[in-house]
Amino acid sequence: MILLDDVTLTYPDGDARVTAVDHVTLEGRPGVVTGITGPSGSGKSSLLALAATLIRPDSGRVIVDGVDATGLDAAGRTGLRRERIGIVFQQPQLLPSLTAREQLRVMAELGGRGLRERRAAVRGRVDELLDAVGLGDHADRRPAQLSGGQRQRVAIARALVHEPRVLVVDEPTSALDSARGAEIMALISRLTHERDTATLLVTHDLVHAGALDETVEVVDGRASRVAAV
Amino acid sequence: MYVAWRDLRFARGRFALIGAVVALITLLVGFLSGLTGGLAAQNVSAVLALPADRLVLHPVGDAAATFADSTIDQSTVDAWRSAPGVDAVTPVGIAQTRAEGPGASTAVALFGLDAGTSFPAPRRDDEIDLSAGASKDLGAVVGDSVTIAGSAYRVAAIGGDEWYSHTPVVTLTATAWAALDERLGGTGQPTVLAVSGSPAWDTVAADTGTAASTPLSSLTALSTFRSEIGSLALMIAMLFGVSALVVGAFFTVWTMQRSADIAVLKALGASTPALVLDALGQATVVLVLGVGVGIGLTALLGALAGGALPFVLSPLTTLAPAAVMIVLGLLGAAVSLRTVTSSDPLTALGSTR
Repeated sequence: MILLDDVTLTYPDGDARVTAVDHVTLEGRPGVVTGITGPSGSGKSSLLALAATLIRPDSGRVIVDGVDATGLDAAGRTGLRRERIGIVFQQPQLLPSLTAREQLRVMAELGGRGLRERRAAVRGRVDELLDAVGLGDHADRRPAQLSGGQRQRVAIARALVHEPRVLVVDEPTSALDSARGAEIMALISRLTHERDTATLLVTHDLVHAGALDETVEVVDGRASRVAAV
Repeated sequence: MYVAWRDLRFARGRFALIGAVVALITLLVGFLSGLTGGLAAQNVSAVLALPADRLVLHPVGDAAATFADSTIDQSTVDAWRSAPGVDAVTPVGIAQTRAEGPGASTAVALFGLDAGTSFPAPRRDDEIDLSAGASKDLGAVVGDSVTIAGSAYRVAAIGGDEWYSHTPVVTLTATAWAALDERLGGTGQPTVLAVSGSPAWDTVAADTGTAASTPLSSLTALSTFRSEIGSLALMIAMLFGVSALVVGAFFTVWTMQRSADIAVLKALGASTPALVLDALGQATVVLVLGVGVGIGLTALLGALAGGALPFVLSPLTTLAPAAVMIVLGLLGAAVSLRTVTSSDPLTALGSTR
């Protein structure tokens, strides 16, 4: 699970500071897709960056699978992401030189300790995950040979191949048409439930709200409403 | 190296291009090194072959000692011979003139020293030993007569490949050399002492007003060697600099192009050491392949040109510059690591690449 406990984040803006996240407490539970919605500039992406440990809050705590990420330095947070967090970006962000299979395998080649064990574990799951996202027969294709939806599926498989406890997803349908968007949302929902992952998903598009188990609405940096869908 | 290998395969055109540039610079450096070695050998191989731990020269006035100006009188020879710790002192006369053989006339270096050392020398005053180069240029073989400054000498032996100041070496006895030197306008006194042993070199040199240095260090007393090798070494050094700059510029641009990928990898959990290793490993592969091809071409062209040019193909003229090229190239590539270490994984979030 993931817990954002009373977190606040401010950005410098000239001589002043702008509050992007204002004392937000948010919990992502295993097997649950928690949608984070809200208008542009409301602080959704900042909240997601905090959850992904890409940035440290000014105050409050971010607990990932029992580990307080706020007490870790940059290398420690990088290790935490490598082992316990999966990230799906707004754009697939695949590496152009790697095939779909290699995009997943690279997750075992990111350095740190336990490289050999991680390599064996990841390699054993690559084909299963590519099958799970419906791309088993596209494993040897590079990003340029895949459609937008297929690229996003590879990105989802990449985010899950190291079996993270937390999945952080940023606007996964923003570059897709509604049919493909619905497919991607359904896929994230299915994999979250199957793998018991705590998923936080930022979206401004409630067309696909059916794929969310619960939603948190963020307005002006504050989580103003929590509702079961 | 996981991503590095796949980038090399994926962007093979770009890497082949920079590899070719590295190979061409290596070829240029290797060829210049071989040529420098060859020219150096033609300049000083006879000096380096002298049987000595130290070569003793006599400076003229306040100027540094040179082979061209040095003359050593008998009292200086005796002083060195009587110095404690000295095992052997061989006076050596050096002069340059023209010689006429049965086949041709050519400029030669006359070395005068008595037989009995490792340096080839005749036993009779009317005989000479020819180096292989002198034999070839004069068209003379053992038993032939060679005329130097009006005197005829019988070729007693043909020896090694000694050269001095780009002229092949002809060796006479010390007595014959002294007489010949006087006829050529010299003093007839030896130019240099080849001294073996372990005396207090600086003390004896100071007492006798001479300069004692190792054969290698004494080469700076040859003005032609200093200027010639200095120019070539400067060219080689500049090529090393160009190589480091070119490789550094390539990998800096390449890494900047990949900065978004690097941010993504960091966001996914890639450690900075792993990314640095990846980048340096990639540069090493390009450099080793490029330098390898360049050195291979150097060896091939050097072997072909060896007959027409003074060219030395040895580890010093091939492997040493290759190693320097790789080290300097890696230093150049290391400049690009700043992009890797300073990349912010936060930029991966929200990027619309």
